[in-house]
Amino acid sequence: MIAIEDVSKRYADGTVAVDRLSLQIPNHSITVLVGPSGCGKTTTLRMINRMVEPSGGTIRVDGEDIRSRPVNALRRSMGYVIQNAGLFQHRTILDNIATVPRLLGWSKQRARERAAELMERVGLDPAMARRYPYQLSGGQQQRVGVARALAADPPILLMDEPFSAVDPVVRRGLQEELLRIQGELGKAIVFVTHDMDEAITIGDRIAVLRTGGKLAQFATPDEILSSPADPFVEQFLGADRGIRGLSFLSTRDLELDRSRVFPVGSDWREIAGRDPEGTPVLVTDADGKPLGWADPGAWDGDLADLEPYGPSFEVGRDSLRVALDRAVLSPTGLAVAVDASGQVLGVAGQETVAAAIRVARQRRAADTPQETASASAKAGR
Amino acid sequence: MNGFFDIPSDLQHSYGGLIAIHLQEALVPVLVGLLLALPIGLLCVHYDWIYGPVLWTSTVLYAIPSIAFFVVLIDYTGLSQLTVMIPLCLYSLVVLVPAVVDGIRSVPEETNAAASAMGIGLARRYLQVQLPIAVPAIMAGLRVAVASSISLVSVGALIGNQGGLGNLLTTAQLYGRPRLAVTSVVTTAALAIVIDALLVLLRRVLTPWEPPSGGAAGRSGAATTAEDAATRTPEGAS
Ligand SMILES: Nc1ncnc2c1ncn2[C@@H]1O[C@H](COP(=O)(O)OP(=O)(O)O)[C@@H](O)[C@H]1O
Ligand SMILES: [Mg+2]
Repeated sequence: MIAIEDVSKRYADGTVAVDRLSLQIPNHSITVLVGPSGCGKTTTLRMINRMVEPSGGTIRVDGEDIRSRPVNALRRSMGYVIQNAGLFQHRTILDNIATVPRLLGWSKQRARERAAELMERVGLDPAMARRYPYQLSGGQQQRVGVARALAADPPILLMDEPFSAVDPVVRRGLQEELLRIQGELGKAIVFVTHDMDEAITIGDRIAVLRTGGKLAQFATPDEILSSPADPFVEQFLGADRGIRGLSFLSTRDLELDRSRVFPVGSDWREIAGRDPEGTPVLVTDADGKPLGWADPGAWDGDLADLEPYGPSFEVGRDSLRVALDRAVLSPTGLAVAVDASGQVLGVAGQETVAAAIRVARQRRAADTPQETASASAKAGR
Repeated sequence: MNGFFDIPSDLQHSYGGLIAIHLQEALVPVLVGLLLALPIGLLCVHYDWIYGPVLWTSTVLYAIPSIAFFVVLIDYTGLSQLTVMIPLCLYSLVVLVPAVVDGIRSVPEETNAAASAMGIGLARRYLQVQLPIAVPAIMAGLRVAVASSISLVSVGALIGNQGGLGNLLTTAQLYGRPRLAVTSVVTTAALAIVIDALLVLLRRVLTPWEPPSGGAAGRSGAATTAEDAATRTPEGAS
């Protein structure tokens, strides 16, 4: 637990970067500091490892004032990851990762074994061990940065816009990787970003800071999206916070329509007769996997004539946001729901999703405090 | 080539001996200069305000002709190699101090931040992070300093044959043997070229971490996204 208690920072030139900030950062979770550029995120993060000394207030780690420890020992107990990784360009990947263990007096052999282990953990090819940073892409360098920060197994990880400089596809991969690693290691992570989407994707809790270093709101992503504390937070969330909030509602209880799903080889005349309006049906293969949409009145049974069914969603794993998205994208207006093995469970139209949203909202209103948003909802976006 | 290696006996050295003396008088001052420039450069980076005065002083020293140095130094160090080497050492500072400063300043801000965030103290950071990264800049300065030092040694001939290969120039004049002058000039140039090549080689050995052809490949994000995707674990690929 990191306790930031009434901390301020005024720089020598008079700039007030952080103003009487108080935050409780729990263990085993990711706390995101988010806010516009210049709002004091980096300053706050650097006060935790004493790269910046507060002008007022106290920071405690597990109850102990951070000033009571020698500064270098304190820093070695906190991993630090920054934008562009800040790798040591003159050292191999393996030696970069082994830096802190070596500083802590581990033997070269043991530090390198540990480094190799971490390369695997962050998804780096072992063949890269002997390479130098210039031989890696930006995303790979960032993985090395994460591995280096984790090398001595510090209980705390400080990350300052670590993924801001890589392209969106790579960033997405890095975010998923971080969530996976956090699932395994359960560190106290403080993650700084100016990107609200990133904050919502990876944060268990989000602290929104406003310019001048004041805390605007500190809550779960779900709470922030559904009830922003003030117009500043609302504006920072952007125009589609309602849609994004659906990320935290599960598809588990969605009412799926199974009457429109037929395995290939069914009697088409009978189906057509049953529904003279020719409402489309979803044709599946013998295993129940989707093949495509058919108009039962016109279809002659040729699989090549089926209309592609587009992306599907997985019930339970994906959120209502994904389900709604699939319905909007579908040529028939119906989203295809599958289980983990890819078998069709049914289809759902936009109205069905809307009904599910209303139910979820009502249920949420009934059982405040809102602890609905947890790691399980997060995995499904 | 007849007579190229035929050195008058009053020089008291063979051709090879002259080369050895020349190299010693040229390289030792640069080496000492480098040892001085490393801490001076560090101080200049750390205390920004002294860099100006330091640069100014070394430039002024560089502007003083070696003869003037000799006149002053002879009273203390006599007609010795030391009298030649002291000014050469001071001259080298005009290149080496800025080279060290530029080298340390070339260390990216995030690298310094990462080092200090990992609890690497100042001394260790200088020796293990900043100096290695400064090697390319320092080696560039060293090449200039060495080349100019090799050519300047010859002036030592003016104070009792302390100029290495330069002594051949005075002898050529004395005995009316211009061919000795050719030997001197050609050999000095060859020395400068060979030593420079060795320095280039040394730099290669010291910096296996540098992108080939001077950083064209860039450090950040130059490689492709596809390469990234390839390293991602299956979980990351959904
Ligand atoms: N060393 C410094 N000296 C003076 N002002 C600074 C210094 N570092 C940051 N600032 C100022 O403090 C404010 C907060 O900076 P920072 O913490 O870096 O913000 P963020 O990381 O949110 O972009 C900014 O106005 C910035 O200009
Ligand atoms: Mg910042």
